[in-house]
Amino acid sequence: MRLEAKELASLIETLRRDGYEVVGPTVRDGAIVYDAIEGLEDLPRGWTDEHAPGRYRLLRRPDNALFGYVVGPQSWKRFLLPPRVRLFSVRRNGDQPEIIADASAEPPPKYAFLGARACELAALAVQDRVLLGGPYADPIYRNRRQDVFVIAVQCTQAAPTCFCSSMGTGPKLSGGYDIALTEVVEGAESWFVAHAGTEAGAARLAALGAPEASPQDVARAEEAARRAESMITRRLNTAGLRERLAENFEHPQWDDVARRCLACANCTLVCPTCFCVTVEDTSDVTGSHAERWRLWDSCFTQSFSYIHGGPVRASIKARYRQWLTHKLSSWHDQFGTSGCVGCGRCITWCPAAIEITTEAEAVCGFPPSSLRSEQA
Amino acid sequence: MNFNARRKPKLAVFKFASCDGCQLTLLDAEDELLAVAEAVEIAYFPEASRAVIKGPYDIGLVEGSITTHHDAERIQQVRRQCRTLVTIGACATAGGIQALRNWQDSAEFVRHIYPSPDFIHTLKMSTPIAEHVPVDFELRGCPISKSQLLELISALLAGRKPNIPTYSVCLECKRRLNVCVAVAQGIPCLGPVTQAGCGAICPAYGRGCYGCFGPMETPNTESLRAQLHVLGQTSQEISRAFRSFNAWTWHFRHASDEEERA
Ligand code: SF4
Ligand code: SF4
Ligand code: SF4
Repeated sequence: MRLEAKELASLIETLRRDGYEVVGPTVRDGAIVYDAIEGLEDLPRGWTDEHAPGRYRLLRRPDNALFGYVVGPQSWKRFLLPPRVRLFSVRRNGDQPEIIADASAEPPPKYAFLGARACELAALAVQDRVLLGGPYADPIYRNRRQDVFVIAVQCTQAAPTCFCSSMGTGPKLSGGYDIALTEVVEGAESWFVAHAGTEAGAARLAALGAPEASPQDVARAEEAARRAESMITRRLNTAGLRERLAENFEHPQWDDVARRCLACANCTLVCPTCFCVTVEDTSDVTGSHAERWRLWDSCFTQSFSYIHGGPVRASIKARYRQWLTHKLSSWHDQFGTSGCVGCGRCITWCPAAIEITTEAEAVCGFPPSSLRSEQA
Repeated sequence: MNFNARRKPKLAVFKFASCDGCQLTLLDAEDELLAVAEAVEIAYFPEASRAVIKGPYDIGLVEGSITTHHDAERIQQVRRQCRTLVTIGACATAGGIQALRNWQDSAEFVRHIYPSPDFIHTLKMSTPIAEHVPVDFELRGCPISKSQLLELISALLAGRKPNIPTYSVCLECKRRLNVCVAVAQGIPCLGPVTQAGCGAICPAYGRGCYGCFGPMETPNTESLRAQLHVLGQTSQEISRAFRSFNAWTWHFRHASDEEERA
């Protein structure tokens, strides 16, 4: 199906009318972030992003593309695994503690994600496996996740930090969405080739009453998608990676990266698959009211591995090694996949410009596989 | 701590060389102040009340650094009077902004500023309380955070561990969904080496972190200094950034000295 901007607007409108909270890309504080979207005017029309290790810039595009950027600082994680959630409160009521609220029981917003990329859908699948698979599903995540309507957007450009093709997650969309859009820029404006991934998606597309995409339209969309593929310069050699990392716990590269790593935790917090949280109990001055909160945590803090007597991973070296080897090696043992989808966020948003791909290959003794052009 | 249930614990607030901003944080806690006054007996708090109840005290909050001989003696008495001694703020915990004198000749300042320098009896250095007496807990910040102060008092009263994290400001910054000002705008930010507690307020308003809460648990100032140079900062600018409210903490002092020498 071929959609013009006005049909995309009515797709957003009908979703909102049906009770969805549409969240998608919007410009805030010098970046393209995910937030509530009321209509096309909230989208980053004519904006793009520039990525490098430790550096991001929001820039103007020569045209009015709506999705002409790569990925923002936050992933969809912030909606499904919120940074702070109150689990419950307790009030002293005579001798009986009274439980007043329970976050997992609250009806969560029904989200429609607009603009999810291939790597992000792969990340959602990773978090689904971690948080819903097995006997102990996380009820907060499940309540927020189960009704999500996904409108994916095919990448038509890539950043020097992207390495999804090495991780087998992109840039081509391959499922995990209700509707997929490919934006084709023509002159200053753009139109979309849309197709459905689910029956719910097909019903919503049909309701728009838009014309079928012509073979030429489809060819134009495919060409745009190929452009993203051809722009990817970063590679991670994954052959034997999992094993080599597990065998090289004492490699001197860990000392080298530990001199640069700030243990600031940014990489874990921007990562769309990192799921660690901590639980904090607080009581008020009167001692009659207490609350339990769940907060994003990170393996880069000392308290993360604190057990009686001190932290298990006291050094920054031990913490960086834990993070990288969990992502790329022991995640396989634990969950049957890689913990990294190659979105590149940890590279862009590391204030010390540390690159997971370079560090991992150095530890494994692999020659650097990223193309030289990225250095330009 | 274990308080006698029949008696309200006695709280005292002491002031040394400081601006009073941290004590004001307690007075500023308008919604909670009555509850605090219910839960503890405010026995000594000259900033708030002239009434003085004699020690010993269960909880002593100490604001300010040690800058005179008289202070150095008084803190010993204060320590003897308090079961639990908590320093509040960058002055008491790190020596404060007035520790900038530690790099200079303070006698010379005195000669220039005061008409009768003979009346001024001051120490060469401004030093934190913990250099003089054992301290049970340190609350960071310039000024301290109201919620951390209430959390600490609540925890002391309940006999539980206070939730005062020692990790970086970046965790609070990301939980608040701020866009990193260092990465997205090239603004120098001390967040990665600074302890959380402020709620990442400066990055939330488009400013880099000034380091008010002092060094975090494992501050890698060397790496951050290198990155600040990448952002175009000069050694002098970096040295100055580390020389503010927490200048005299070992890590920030060392970082500023290294850049000064560079
Ligand atoms: S480890 Fe880095 S590149 Fe991989 S998914 Fe996480 S943020 Fe993206
Ligand atoms: S790798 Fe980078 S983002 Fe991650 S903790 Fe280290 S310095 Fe921070
Ligand atoms: S703005 Fe500063 S505190 Fe926030 S994530 Fe970036 S470096 Fe850390």
